Amino acid sequence: MQDILFYIFAALTLFFGFLVVVNPFSRNPVTSAMFLVLTIASLAGLFVLLNAFFLAAVQILVYAGAVMVLFLFVIMLMDIKEEERRRFKKFGVAMGLTAVAGLFGIVAKTIAESGVGAGLKPAFEGDTKTLGTALFSSGQFLLPFEIVSILLLVAMVGVILLSKKDLK
Amino acid sequence: MIVKREKLNFWERLYLPALAGGLKVTATHLVNTLFKRGAVTMEYPEQKWTVPEGYRGAPYLVKDQDGATKCVSCQLCEFVCPPKAIKITPPGLAGQTADRANAEKMPLEFEINMLRCIFCGFCQEVCPEEAIFLMKDYSLTGTNRAEMIYNKEKLLELGGVHHDQIKKWEHKLDEAKEQEMFPVKD
Amino acid sequence: MDWFNHLNPDLQFVLLSAVKVLAVLFLALLPMVAYSVLAERKISAWIQDRVGPNRVALPLLSGIPFLGSFLTRLGIWQPIADGVKSFLKEDFTPDHVRKIYFWLAPAITLIPAFLTVAVIPFGSTLGAQKMVIADLNVGILYSFGIVSLGVYGIVLAGYASNSKYPFLGGIRSSAQMISYEIAMGMSVVSVFMLVGDLNLSKVIEYQAGTTLGFIPNWLVFKQPVAFVIFLVAAFAETNRLPFDLPESETELVGGYNTEYSSMKFALFFMGEYANMIVSSAMMVTLFFGGWTLPFFGLDQRAESAQWLTGLAHIGIFVAKMLVLMVVFIWVRWMLPRFRYDQLMDLGWRRFIPLALANILATAVVLFLLNK
Ligand code: SF4
Ligand code: SF4
Repeated sequence: MQDILFYIFAALTLFFGFLVVVNPFSRNPVTSAMFLVLTIASLAGLFVLLNAFFLAAVQILVYAGAVMVLFLFVIMLMDIKEEERRRFKKFGVAMGLTAVAGLFGIVAKTIAESGVGAGLKPAFEGDTKTLGTALFSSGQFLLPFEIVSILLLVAMVGVILLSKKDLK
Repeated sequence: MIVKREKLNFWERLYLPALAGGLKVTATHLVNTLFKRGAVTMEYPEQKWTVPEGYRGAPYLVKDQDGATKCVSCQLCEFVCPPKAIKITPPGLAGQTADRANAEKMPLEFEINMLRCIFCGFCQEVCPEEAIFLMKDYSLTGTNRAEMIYNKEKLLELGGVHHDQIKKWEHKLDEAKEQEMFPVKD
Repeated sequence: MDWFNHLNPDLQFVLLSAVKVLAVLFLALLPMVAYSVLAERKISAWIQDRVGPNRVALPLLSGIPFLGSFLTRLGIWQPIADGVKSFLKEDFTPDHVRKIYFWLAPAITLIPAFLTVAVIPFGSTLGAQKMVIADLNVGILYSFGIVSLGVYGIVLAGYASNSKYPFLGGIRSSAQMISYEIAMGMSVVSVFMLVGDLNLSKVIEYQAGTTLGFIPNWLVFKQPVAFVIFLVAAFAETNRLPFDLPESETELVGGYNTEYSSMKFALFFMGEYANMIVSSAMMVTLFFGGWTLPFFGLDQRAESAQWLTGLAHIGIFVAKMLVLMVVFIWVRWMLPRFRYDQLMDLGWRRFIPLALANILATAVVLFLLNK
């Protein structure tokens, strides 16, 4: 049961992910955004299969529910027209391919080294309490967590500064 | 004049007292409607409204006390009607004359499209013959568009009799005779 | 029920869940949607010194001497007529719309509201069954997540209609929903700091019993600020007056649903009321003790033999919900609409800082108490 569900969700994620960027039927940015929502939703399904309920819920809540709505908001506000099929520059294609190859190499190496075999049991159930303890105990993820927080804070201050019309 | 905007005090800025006031007003109305006074509205098809004098409802044509059509097909009303609801077919040169003495003519057909009419009363205002009046009908219904175009017969029937006290046409004959300026043949 | 006990547990679970889903959907939610529309019309009429719908009569039932005409005057049959009407109306699709999104949008508005009901414990136990469709341990997060998807319906409707007023409505709603979701989410954080669990059944258990013998342990008394923020945010999330800017008739014709007609329009309409019902159910669960009542021992789970208590719990839940629904409706006929900048100001500059302060205060109090 679990396995079948995994394959279904994984296939859906990939399928929708492809449709975001190379949709043969429409080159409409709103359609792409909607497929991205579906991709995120299927990812949430994968998280549920890994017992990470909290992550799944937050995935939907934050990414599908808020970030993508903002995307839509911006797309609609700026009235982005259907993107034309454009010609690719040779240099761009070459750089892109190099980047993809590099990433692919890393992933492939990791998979090859991990020794695919029996699945691992999750270290803990992804409920809120364990997650909270993990994030906020100094031995574990406290430092990265705080660094990320400060990064977000800086970004926020930057946005406010940029959007202020007259700086005194 | 510039009205100075008062600074709101703390309670006013909190919205809450205003909210409570609003809740009170609406609740009082609800209780009054349910238990005390009842609704102030009328239940229309059963209870009907008394139409006041001088109400401007649908325009109809009238006859005088002798049963003659008053309209002389002058087409002023057709001209003045803002939404072009009136359509008059005059009798033409060789057409039938009026059904009373000394009137040159009367309309062959007179149609008012009640779907277009806005009950403005201009036709009544402009009519030199007091032949068209806005009456008390306010709720006209029909099942198709054609039904809502009232023809002369229907308009006359609905309009009824308007008691004419001056009887302009009779006077006109006398006047002409007296003046003897125009050879009047009768 | 003998055959049932012989099935394997998985199948039993699936069957029972299916029964619960169908019962909640068709026996509770849809009729409640229909009748909350009627309640809205009646209450608005009474507040405005009118009578409200009182015409629709069913041939046989209205013949009953006194009761029949009373029910007719109460408008009991009106929702049936409304439903039939919206099915029979011409379903017009304008030429200039983006067809696929135009058809999807009404469904997307309605479905999240129905999905959210799954985690709400609407009763304790009936027989041996817990009266909640899915007792998730991240219940509240789940429902927030799903509710936040509801905005897509409106945004897409505005986009798909491809005309200016719906478009403005869609854009307004996307900004509004996101702003108030944040305030709403932050207001419940303090609630969960007290309870210590995200599972909604646990939240209800926490609220059993009384303080000082007569004040119920409901969170509305312990977290009044959180409740006020949640209530206001709920108004904004359901697009109800005073925050109905996405559809404000006086400015935007009908907002996002301007181009819709017939059943598609009805779906939007039902979506609004379904959302209202879900928000009230949520508030009852979070702040008003859910299915508990602190008297007569009604705040403990019913044993499997106590059918009556189980039913009473469902009744209590529904009654509390109805009270909140009436508040929703009442407020609509009382307050004028906010201006858009005022709405944003209220959300971002008042409620979010207030919610943060509330979290901080709760944390300090909890810390001092636990020391
Ligand atoms: S009332 Fe006004 S609109 Fe109606 S027929 Fe007379 S002039 Fe025309
Ligand atoms: S109703 Fe009056 S204004 Fe109209 S054509 Fe007849 S006489 Fe003239």
